[in-house]
Amino acid sequence: MRDNLAKCGSEGLSGEAAAAFPVAVRDLTKVYGAVTAVDRISFVIEPGTTVALLGGNGAGKTTTISMLLGLVVPTAGEVRVFGADVSRDRYQVAHRMNFQSPYVDMPMRLTVRQNLTVYAGLYGIANVTERVAYIAGDLQITALLDRRTGKLSAGQKTRVGLAKALLNAPELLLLDEPTASLDPDTADWIRQKLQAYGRERGATILLASHNMAEVERLAHRVIVLEAGRIVEDGPPKQLLKAYGRQTLEEVFLQIARRNDMGRHAAAIAAVETGTEPPP
Amino acid sequence: MTAIVLPVIGDPGGMEASLRRIGALVRRYLYLIKSSWLRSLEIVYWPFLQMVMWGFLQRYLANSTGAIAGGLLIGAVLLWDIQFRSQIGFSVGFLEEMWSRNLGQLLTSPLRPNELVAALSIMSLMRLAIAMVPVTAAAYLFFGFNLFGLGAVLAAFFAVLVLTGWALALFSSGIILRYGLGAEELSWSLGFILLPLACVYYPVAVLPGWLQPIALALPSTHVFEGMRSILLHNTFDAGELVWALALNAVYLLAAYASFRYFLRSARVNGALLQLGE
Repeated sequence: MRDNLAKCGSEGLSGEAAAAFPVAVRDLTKVYGAVTAVDRISFVIEPGTTVALLGGNGAGKTTTISMLLGLVVPTAGEVRVFGADVSRDRYQVAHRMNFQSPYVDMPMRLTVRQNLTVYAGLYGIANVTERVAYIAGDLQITALLDRRTGKLSAGQKTRVGLAKALLNAPELLLLDEPTASLDPDTADWIRQKLQAYGRERGATILLASHNMAEVERLAHRVIVLEAGRIVEDGPPKQLLKAYGRQTLEEVFLQIARRNDMGRHAAAIAAVETGTEPPP
Repeated sequence: MTAIVLPVIGDPGGMEASLRRIGALVRRYLYLIKSSWLRSLEIVYWPFLQMVMWGFLQRYLANSTGAIAGGLLIGAVLLWDIQFRSQIGFSVGFLEEMWSRNLGQLLTSPLRPNELVAALSIMSLMRLAIAMVPVTAAAYLFFGFNLFGLGAVLAAFFAVLVLTGWALALFSSGIILRYGLGAEELSWSLGFILLPLACVYYPVAVLPGWLQPIALALPSTHVFEGMRSILLHNTFDAGELVWALALNAVYLLAAYASFRYFLRSARVNGALLQLGE
């Protein structure tokens, strides 16, 4: 597997070169009792790219994102965002990032406008009224602004959650299952917005997803996690070629069901040497 | 085509930014109170009910035995409520974040833990004001008890009781943070566990000798002793108050340290990902 930590230079993650990367992770490990949720993973993310974390349930996606956000403290290893050690100096960079997840909510009794106003304040935004109006217009939630957040449908809540995540125009956007439980139309709309945001803002997006079509469409690069370890890391096309498959879903299923690590290694070697992948 | 409006974000490390974040959170709690008239009513309802019940009891006892002088009972009830309401005002704000699964959002924002504590403290004061101003006025109208009759020392009593309430709330909030809403009951009961030792309705001298030093280690005990001293003998030992405030400082620091410890522990154990029942 390629170790792109070399891009950080000889000084490692604490050096200036590492600060150029929105995300740099080295030997990141999280152990809960007898369970190793994340097992010595290392990667850096290039600015302006969209990277997908793929993996089955319990593969370590949410734990990895949580460690990037500072919600979970790593057992070992290092996690840096824009060069800041998240475990110690998260507040140096917290205003440059944001996140959305279906596992957290916003206060249900507050209206959408009230919630967005509060979060604008928390992210230190001075032009609150203008920014909330703009983001509401952009995400087509203007009509929802004075409705209670708890009264919204799942699709509307997702859009409001995305509005909160984009309020501070983050340079790093972390998304955990951004289209979970949405109908195909709404999910597609969200993907378009994310794609446009990443492109126009030059933002870096890290998303965890089970939706392979979403990943194929959005991601420049895919990191596949299995039992807390990185088992694949590369552009979607490279993975498709390596496994000789048509879709990422087929690749994912093959990875999930295999027990032959030698074949996996051979697949990667085939791509790297330009030979035919194994059947 | 709509012009793009980018956010204008100042220096996130300065005092202005910190005040903005605290203000944003205070606004969030005010929105919540505003969102439900029942919540607003509840803030006043319980202290009012307490005051009326104890007021009538005092009237009855005073008429039948003549032993209860100078509004001791109702004064104790009102002062106890200051501590209890300040604790609950803080705790409920914190619990609201747990109930609404919003804490994860807050803790990933630039909001610092000390700013969260500051916002909860401000809201606690606001709730206290909403609750106690009408109830104190009603105590005077219904039972002729004027809490302000305690004089300037009332401000010091108030400070001691509020700071004690915050220390208790900080401690229970930390435990809830670490162990989840299963420990929610602590928010409501912690103050009452200390009620017998705070000597709200009787003097410290009533307690067994071995228990008296423990009672005197609580800041609020000095307030209730002081209140009785003023109402019964019209005297007050200022040294007691200094001692109480010193105890407050120790307990508040210990409570804040425990809150930070439990927050850290919740981050280590992944408890912030599983907030809920």
